[in-house]
Amino acid sequence: MNVRIGWRLGSFAVGAVFIATWQVLANAHLISPVYLPGPDRTWGALVRGFASGTFPDQLWNTVQRMLVGWLLASLAGIVIGACIGLSRPARAYLGPTLEFLRPLPASAVVPLGIVLFGLSDNMVLSVIAFGALWPTLLATVHGFAAVEPCLYEVSRALGMSRLAVIWKIALPSSLPDILAGMRLSLTVSLILAVVGEMLASRPGLGSGILIAARTFHAPDLYAGVVLLGVLGYLTAQGLFAVEARLLRWRLHQR
Amino acid sequence: MKRAAAVLRGAVFPLALIAIAQIAAMAVRLQSDTLASPAAVLAAGAGAFADGSILIATAQTLGNAFGGLALGGSAGLICGVLLGSSIVADRLMEFSVESLRPIPSVALIPVSMLTFGFGFRMEIAIVAFAAFWPVLILTRSAVSGVDAGLLDVARVLRLGPLARTVKIILPAALPRIFVAFRLAAGIALTVAVTVEVSTNPLGLGYNMMLAEQSLHPDLMLAYLLWIGIVGWALNFTINAAQRRFFGRSVQVRPVA
Repeated sequence: MNVRIGWRLGSFAVGAVFIATWQVLANAHLISPVYLPGPDRTWGALVRGFASGTFPDQLWNTVQRMLVGWLLASLAGIVIGACIGLSRPARAYLGPTLEFLRPLPASAVVPLGIVLFGLSDNMVLSVIAFGALWPTLLATVHGFAAVEPCLYEVSRALGMSRLAVIWKIALPSSLPDILAGMRLSLTVSLILAVVGEMLASRPGLGSGILIAARTFHAPDLYAGVVLLGVLGYLTAQGLFAVEARLLRWRLHQR
Repeated sequence: MKRAAAVLRGAVFPLALIAIAQIAAMAVRLQSDTLASPAAVLAAGAGAFADGSILIATAQTLGNAFGGLALGGSAGLICGVLLGSSIVADRLMEFSVESLRPIPSVALIPVSMLTFGFGFRMEIAIVAFAAFWPVLILTRSAVSGVDAGLLDVARVLRLGPLARTVKIILPAALPRIFVAFRLAAGIALTVAVTVEVSTNPLGLGYNMMLAEQSLHPDLMLAYLLWIGIVGWALNFTINAAQRRFFGRSVQVRPVA
């Protein structure tokens, strides 16, 4: 245990060295301070932003967008994915279309979203929901299709109804796949929330950092990037915790 | 024969969708600034091919994607090998890696814009950042997962660190490193298009935005379709290469 803490402290120290190097580089003015603020000025911008309330507002807007879009996408992805995954004909007919759409860059639908919804919050939200749909949907299809056939035989022997089969057998056994898909979807949601805000100029961290860059407020820009990193880290960790809790039964099994 | 039947079955749904869209467009005599009939999309796409604009845009996007992939991927490969073969380095870098990795690549768009201005360098820098992390993480786990017996062989042969890496570790980890690059290639294309859609005036993403802003929904949809085809073709090619070179040895999905 002590050894682990020691390593952890060591890795913090290395991180501190990197930040110190950044400070030295910034102080040396090798790169103009207009483009590269040091950690001190970035920290100052963070403190100012939180004191004035701009960062909490932007953060809240972005988080809201991201989570709502992600939840919509996850719900739709699981429902549609379950329908496709449960039926062999549906897989045969729709599978290739899904495989075609899988590598499509999600941001490529942004122009389509703008055409349909204008530069609005709804556009950003629908683009997030659409883009984040695919990882969850495809993972759900895969999970439902890969359920151990023996389990279905058991359910038949027990005379379970179709709904009970889905709820008690197919859903739990594909849960690891679904959660892995949802984790990917969450990353996509954050990316699309930022891109959507930049394009539609909706208030949030994405538009905040773009404006900071356009007005040469480099410390505000770097502070925004730091916040986005923290946001990405916290959401990923949160989902890991949920995953560990939901899949506890699986660990015991091994 | 069976394969042909599967392809046909897969084609039914998209073809039916296109047919319905075409019939609907003709039934209402579509005259719109936001939507276009499939026939119009096809015509716009053919026009863009004829004047070469779509080909230039594709070359720009792929150039940026592969440039960034080469830069970020090779950096990720080197760092991944270092962290994978030295537990000390891995543990000491843990905090730095874990705090930089979650930064969404799009957050760097303004940073790169401020530093490089618009153009290839700005986009390649962002793609390189995005491609760096998956290659680093997967290479690290591939290298640290190299069979201990092979490392014993290296010790018996008294190979230096460089020879050990080049002759033993890299060949042993190669199939999984390839998987890392496959993943990173998809990410590179996605990020390149994203940068173009949002800011950088280059490539497929920008041309698509341009078509949208100049009220040419047919051309915009043609670009969307083409981006889909390019993404699919890239994915297909890399998958085929993986099967050809590594057979079934890496069919298992990487533990991300």
